[in-house]
Amino acid sequence: MSAVSFAAAAKTAEHASVPFPLLSMLIVVPLVGAIVVALVPKTRLEIVKILGLVFSAATLALSVWMMTNFDKADSGYQFASKHAWIKQFGVSWNLGVDGISLWLVVLTGVLFPIAIFGPDERHQVKPYVAWLLLLEAGVMGVFLSLDLFLFFVFFEVVLVPMYFLIGGWGHGNKTYAATKFFLYTMFGSALMLVASITLAFLAEPKIGKLTFDITELANANLGQSTARWLFLAFALAFAIKVPIFPLHTWLPDAHTEAPTAGSVILAGVMLKMGTYGLIRFGLYLFPEASVWFGPVMLTLGVIGIIYGALTAAVQKDLKKLVAFSSVAHLGFIVLGTYALTHQAMSGSVLQMVNHGISTPALFLLVGWVYERRHTREISQLKGLQKLAPVMAGVFTIVMLSSIGVPGLNGFVGEFMILIGTFLTHRWWAVVATTGVILAAFYLLWAYQRTFHGEPDAENAAHMHDLTLRERLAIAPLVVIIIFMGVYPKPFLDRIDPSVKSLIAHIEKNSGAREPASAKQLAQGSIEGEQK
Amino acid sequence: MLNLVWLIPALPLAGFLVLLLFGKRIGEPLAGWLGTSTVAASFVVAVGVFGALVGKTDEHRAFTKTLFTWFPSLGVNAALLVNPLSMTMALFVTGIAALIHVFAIGYMHGDPRFARFFTYLNLFVFSMLMLILADNFLLMFLGWEGVGTCSYLLISFWFERQSAATAGKKAFVTNRIGDFGFMAAMFLIFQHAGSLQYNTVFRVFEENRPAQSTVVAICLLLFLGACGKSAQLPLYVWLPDAMEGPTPVSALIHAATMVTAGVYLMVRIHPLLELTPGVLHIVAWVGAITALFAATIATAQNDIKRVLAYSTISQLGYMFLAVGVGANVAAIFHMVTHAFFKALMFLGAGSVIHGMHGYADEQNMKIMGNLRKWMPVTAGTFLVGWLAIAGVPPFAGFWSKDDILLGAYHDNKVLWLIGLVTALLTAYYMTRQIVLVFFGKERFLHDVNTVAATDEHDAAHRGHPHESPALMVLPLVVLAGLSIVGGFINTPFSKKTELLGKWLESAFIPGTKIHSFVGEQATSSGALKLVLAAIATGVGLVGIVIGARVWMRGAQQPAFELPILQRAYGVDALTSAVIEKPGHALADFLNDEVDHRGIDGVVNGVGIGVRSLGEIVRKLQTGYVRNYALGIAGGAVLLLGYAIVRAGM
Repeated sequence: MSAVSFAAAAKTAEHASVPFPLLSMLIVVPLVGAIVVALVPKTRLEIVKILGLVFSAATLALSVWMMTNFDKADSGYQFASKHAWIKQFGVSWNLGVDGISLWLVVLTGVLFPIAIFGPDERHQVKPYVAWLLLLEAGVMGVFLSLDLFLFFVFFEVVLVPMYFLIGGWGHGNKTYAATKFFLYTMFGSALMLVASITLAFLAEPKIGKLTFDITELANANLGQSTARWLFLAFALAFAIKVPIFPLHTWLPDAHTEAPTAGSVILAGVMLKMGTYGLIRFGLYLFPEASVWFGPVMLTLGVIGIIYGALTAAVQKDLKKLVAFSSVAHLGFIVLGTYALTHQAMSGSVLQMVNHGISTPALFLLVGWVYERRHTREISQLKGLQKLAPVMAGVFTIVMLSSIGVPGLNGFVGEFMILIGTFLTHRWWAVVATTGVILAAFYLLWAYQRTFHGEPDAENAAHMHDLTLRERLAIAPLVVIIIFMGVYPKPFLDRIDPSVKSLIAHIEKNSGAREPASAKQLAQGSIEGEQK
Repeated sequence: MLNLVWLIPALPLAGFLVLLLFGKRIGEPLAGWLGTSTVAASFVVAVGVFGALVGKTDEHRAFTKTLFTWFPSLGVNAALLVNPLSMTMALFVTGIAALIHVFAIGYMHGDPRFARFFTYLNLFVFSMLMLILADNFLLMFLGWEGVGTCSYLLISFWFERQSAATAGKKAFVTNRIGDFGFMAAMFLIFQHAGSLQYNTVFRVFEENRPAQSTVVAICLLLFLGACGKSAQLPLYVWLPDAMEGPTPVSALIHAATMVTAGVYLMVRIHPLLELTPGVLHIVAWVGAITALFAATIATAQNDIKRVLAYSTISQLGYMFLAVGVGANVAAIFHMVTHAFFKALMFLGAGSVIHGMHGYADEQNMKIMGNLRKWMPVTAGTFLVGWLAIAGVPPFAGFWSKDDILLGAYHDNKVLWLIGLVTALLTAYYMTRQIVLVFFGKERFLHDVNTVAATDEHDAAHRGHPHESPALMVLPLVVLAGLSIVGGFINTPFSKKTELLGKWLESAFIPGTKIHSFVGEQATSSGALKLVLAAIATGVGLVGIVIGARVWMRGAQQPAFELPILQRAYGVDALTSAVIEKPGHALADFLNDEVDHRGIDGVVNGVGIGVRSLGEIVRKLQTGYVRNYALGIAGGAVLLLGYAIVRAGM
C-alpha cells in the first residue's frame, strides 16, 4: 500500500491542471443552458429541446475530455480549482475530481442528454428543459465540491428543480410525492447544515483558521464523541438521500409519480449523492466514527438488500417495482462502503455507476411502456414481447444486468462488494448474497407477467416497438452495460488509487485495518503469507 | 495451434453478434446455417487444438492463454486453460452442438422467430465453452451464468405459452440458489488463497492447508452449485419443466452439455474434494439417491420428453456417484457417452414430435404406437440409443456405466447396489418408452379426426405421422453411430485400451493424490471386472424383458404406473406450500404493514402534524404546495445572495 497520505496526495494534483477552468465549466455550461432556455421566446419553443440537447451534450463532451485527461496514477484531486468566496467564513469555490467522483461526473454527463432526449415530453417544454439543465449544474456541483459549504449549497440547489419536475410533470399523486420527497430531504439537509457549521467552528482552533475545505477538515482530529455526533448528522442526511432502510419510503412515491426524466436522474445520479456523501464526507471526515458505526450501516445495508427485494416482488406497479429494486441495489453499495476493504469500496464506487446506468435504462423503458399504454399496472400489461421485440430484448439485457449476470456491468460491482465484504464481515456478505437469488426472482417474474404470454386486445392495439429516437436514446446505455461488464479495468484502474488512499487515511485515523487477504492482492502478489 | 484456442469460443460469439444484429434480415434458413457454421468451425478448431495437445508430452499438456485483465483487484484474468480435460469437453460439446444445430434447422422450420433461436443457441455454445475453458473460478462462473441465462431464454422461447414462461423463470431462479453456493465458495477460496485461478488455488491449498472446516465448506458450497446446474436433489425440480423449450434445446442444453457442468465442476475441483473424504461421500450418496429417485419417476411419465428428462437427472446422478467414489474418469466417460445417446434420444423424440405434428397432445406416448412403420430411421436410431442407455454391450452406455458401477463397488457395496437397481429401472422405463412409441398398436389412428390441418405442413401429411426431413435425420444417424462406438474410447481390457483414462491422467495435477479410477481399476482383477460386468448386463436385460412383456400387452397398465410416481412424489406442490406461499405472504406483510402502515404511517403522521400547524397560518397561504416550494427556493436564493453580499464586503 502506498504510504502517501490522502492529504499529501491531494497537493500533488497541480500538474493535472488545464489552461481553462474545466470543472467550473462543467457547472457553468448547463447553468448557462438553463438561462438560455428560459429566455427562449414563446414563438420559438421548437428549439428548446435542441438547445437542451446541445448544452447537455457540451457538458458531456467536457466530462469525457476530463476523463481522458485524468491521470490514473494519481490518487488525489485533479483539475483542482480553488478561489476564495466568502473569506470571513473560509468558504471557497473549491472544486476537484478524484477516482471516487470521476465516473459519477461522467455518468452525470451521459445521463442528462438521454433524459432530455429520451422521453417524449411535450407539456411545458421550456421550463421542463430549463429545470433539467439547472439540475445538471447542481448535480455536477455536488460531485465536484471540495468545500463543505459549497457542497451543501449544491446539495440544496438540486432539490428545487427536482421538486418542480415531480410536481409539474409527474403523474397521479404527484403533489404528495413531491412534498414527501422535499420534506424528507430537507430534514436531512438541515441536520447536515448544522453539522457542517459546527464542524468548521470546532476545527478552527485546531487548524488555526475557519475553513470549509474538506482536505483540511479531514485532519482536524476532533474529539471522539464530537466526531461521532457530527458523523451521525451527516450520515442521517445521506441515509435519507441513498435511501437506507428505514428512511426509504419517499423513494417509491417520488419515482412512481415523477416524469421519466425525473426518475432517470433521480435513480441515476441523485441517489448517488447519498452514497457518495457517505464516502467523501462520512468516511473521509470522520473515519473513526464511520468505523465505529460500521456494523450498524452494514446491517442496514443488508436489510435494505433483502427488504427491497422482497417488497419489490409484490409491487403491482412496474415503476414502483423498479424503485424498490433501487433500495436493494443501494443496499449493496452501502455494504461495500463500510466493509473497509479496497475491493468492496472500489466495488461500491463502481456499483454507483452501474446502478446509474441500468436503473435509468429500466425507467426509460417503463416510461415508454407508459407513453403507449397509459398504465404501469403489471396486471394490465401482457405479451409485450410479441408486440415490441426490440424493446423486450433491450429490457432483457438491462434486467440481466440488474440481476447481476456476469458479463454485464451489474455483476462486476456486486461481486467485488460481496467478496470484499466477505473478507471483513463474512456473515453480512453471506446474507447479502441471498439478495442475488431474490433479484432474479422479482425481475423475472415481473418480466414474465408484462412481456411473456399472448397479448390481449388492449395491449395489441396500443403497443408498438421502440422508435428510432428511443433506440438512439437507450443504445448508449446498453453499450455501456456490456462494455463495463466485459472490460471494467479502465474504470477500476482510475477508481482504485483513490480508494486505496482513502483506506490508508481511515487506517491512520482509526483502529480499523484492512485484512492481509485483501491487501496482498493489492500488491499484485498472490501467494503472500497465510494466516 | 494452441494459441488459436480463443477462436473456439470466439466463433460462436461472433455468430451470436451477427445473428443478434442482422438475424431477422438474414432470415430462414440462412440464419440457421450461419449459426451452424460458426459452431462447426469452432469444432474444427477444437480438433486442431486437441491434435496439437495430443502431440505433446504429458507434462506439457497444459497451456494458458491470457486474453485480458478482467478484475484487476482480484487478480482475475479472462484466460483460457487448455488441458486434456477442458479439450475433451470442448470437443464433444462443439461436436454435438454442431449436430444439434443442423437438426434445429429442420425442426424450427417455419417458426416466426427462427433466427432468434439460433442467436440464443450460439450464445449458449459460447457460454458453455467459456465455462469449460476458463482458467479460473470467476470466468467459469461467467460461463456458468451465461448458460443459465441461455437456458432461461430458450426454455421460454415460446413465451406465448404461460407454462413455457413459468418454466424458464423456475429454471433460472432454482439455479440461482445453486449459484449462491458457487459465489459463497469463491469468497472463501479467495479469502484463503488470495486468488481464484485454479492452479494457484490448488497449490495454495496443497502447500498451506486451511482449517478442515473451510475446505469442507468450500466443497459443499460448490456442490450446491453443481446440484443446481446438474439438477440433483433437491434442486432438480426445474429440469422436468425445462422440457417446455423446443426439443433441440432439451437435447443440447438439458441433456448433453449444460447439465453436465456440475459434474465438470466437481471433476475440476477434485484436488479440493480429495482433501475432504466426507464431502465425497455426500456427493456419492446424493448422486446415487438422485439416480434412483429420478428413475422411479421416469417409469410412470407419459410425456415422451419428460421420461427423458427424468432419465437425464438419473444419469447425472450416476456421474455424481462416480465423482463421489473417486472415479473421475468414469464420470467424464459417462458424460461423453451419455451426451451421445441422450442427445440422440432427445432429437429422436423431437423427430417423433415433429412427425406427430397436428395430433392433439403430440408428446403423449399413450397416443403413439407402432411409429417404426412411419418413421423407420427415427425408430432405428432411437433403438440404438435405447440399447446404449440400457447398458447392452457393446453400445456406449455399457462401458461407461460399467466403469461407474465398478468404482462404486470398490467404494461401498450399498452404492453399487443402488446403481444396479437404477440400471434395472433405466432399462425398464426406456423399454416402456420404445414400446409405447415405436411398437404396439397405432393408437393415434383413433385421434385422426381431431386433427386440424392448420398449415401446409399438416395438410401434406394429413392422416398419418411421417418421417422427418434429411436435415433432421442425418444428425440422428451420426449420433447413433457415436452411441455404438463411443464406448471404445475407454475399454477396460488393458491399460492400453483405457484411452480416455490415460489421456485425462495428465489433467489431474501431478503431486496430488488422485485415486482416480485409472488407479483403482488397475487393482481390480480381470475376473472381478468380468463378473460385475455380467451382473450389470444381466440386470439391464431383466429390465428390458420386464418392460417389453408388460408394455407389449397394451398401453394401459395402471398397476405399473403408481399415482405417486406420476405426480413425481408431489415435490412441486410441497415446494409451493412450504416456500412460495409463505415467501409471498412475508413480502406482502413487509409491503403492506411495515412499509405502508408502519414507516409511512409515522412519516405521514409527522406530515399531518405539520400540516395542522399550517392550518393556523393558512390565511397567509394559497394552499398550493408549489408555493411552499417556491418559498423554500426563494429562501435558498436569499441565503445565497446574503452570502455573496458578505463575500463582496
